[in-house]
Amino acid sequence: MSERKINLEVLRYDPDKDSEPRFQTYKAVPCQDDWVVLDALNYVKDNTDTTLSYRWSCHMAVCGSCGMMIDGEPTLSCKAFLKDYGDTIRVEPLYHFPIERDLVTVIDDFVEKLTKVKPFLIPKQPKSIEEGEYLQTPKQLKKFKQYTLCINCMLCYSACPQYGLIPDFLGPAALSLAHRYNIDSRDGGCQERMKVTATNIGVWECSFVGACSEVCPGHVDPASSLQQMKIASTVDWYKKRLMPWSKS
Amino acid sequence: MRNPYTREIPKYTWYLRQGRYVRYMAREVTSLFIGLHAFLLICGLGALSQGEVAYNEFLAVLESPFYVVFLIVALLFVIYHSIAWFNVTPQAMPVQVGEDFLPGGIIIGAHYGIWAVATIVVLFLAGVF
Ligand code: FES
Repeated sequence: MSERKINLEVLRYDPDKDSEPRFQTYKAVPCQDDWVVLDALNYVKDNTDTTLSYRWSCHMAVCGSCGMMIDGEPTLSCKAFLKDYGDTIRVEPLYHFPIERDLVTVIDDFVEKLTKVKPFLIPKQPKSIEEGEYLQTPKQLKKFKQYTLCINCMLCYSACPQYGLIPDFLGPAALSLAHRYNIDSRDGGCQERMKVTATNIGVWECSFVGACSEVCPGHVDPASSLQQMKIASTVDWYKKRLMPWSKS
Repeated sequence: MRNPYTREIPKYTWYLRQGRYVRYMAREVTSLFIGLHAFLLICGLGALSQGEVAYNEFLAVLESPFYVVFLIVALLFVIYHSIAWFNVTPQAMPVQVGEDFLPGGIIIGAHYGIWAVATIVVLFLAGVF
């Protein structure tokens, strides 16, 4: 296997010493052909600079913890093959989140928003354990399955200019997860979620830039769920006014 | 000690950061022409409601070079927006048949089909055929 020398320009930030982040270049990092950016960072951490901080765990695009801006694009660093990049690669923490240290971001805002949309099953008809499980056909499962594949990697928030400009926006991943439950045949919590999701910090803040779906590593296509929620919210609005007697 | 650093987003130039934002802004800006064109149509309806003389005056105004250029530009943007919208319809309106979802191409194709039919109907009503 051949070796290639890569320059890594990494945005560093030490909260104890730095007043603002600064770029540091690790020159001629010896990399193998089949490495990903995360491998190059690991090499630097193991051999050159032990102070470099970043998050990662699975190294297989499953845990969602290694998201970074790589050459300006929100990317999972464990999925970013060096062969697809030039000899100098710029690595920064994900946009739109405060920097905790180096490439580590603070994602508390997302976690807070996630709880707001009640991302759990609110049963249509609550059952006791003795009554058995909530059954579902393969067709009903397939309807929402795509939206269960989110790994909370935050690439969509980092790509979404609306979230960057309007921090109150609930954002793609949290809303997609709300949608995942709304269209689950066992769920009856749509109206409750709509109190938060069908507002101008919810789906109506989305202007369908579509960047979230372009960067999503799990092909969840968050933009699709938000557009579907807009349609549902519109139908609901008209229904309540034109057919006040109908239960939605 | 924790001291998280928040990076500012350039308020007026943020969209220059990525090609996809520039494309998005192009879509947003060109939609102004769609709005203006819709406004023009409403003015036309207003003129029509006031009788033949008013409507003919309205039509005469539209023949000035300014409006001819505007209408051509607006038409190009309407086509651009129609295509852009059709392309995203599978995302906004997925159709599940049996277990599987209809391929996006069919949903997009159906929109083009309806577009073609609507165009023929309008041309027919306008007496082109
Ligand atoms: S390390 Fe788990 S997603 Fe990259």
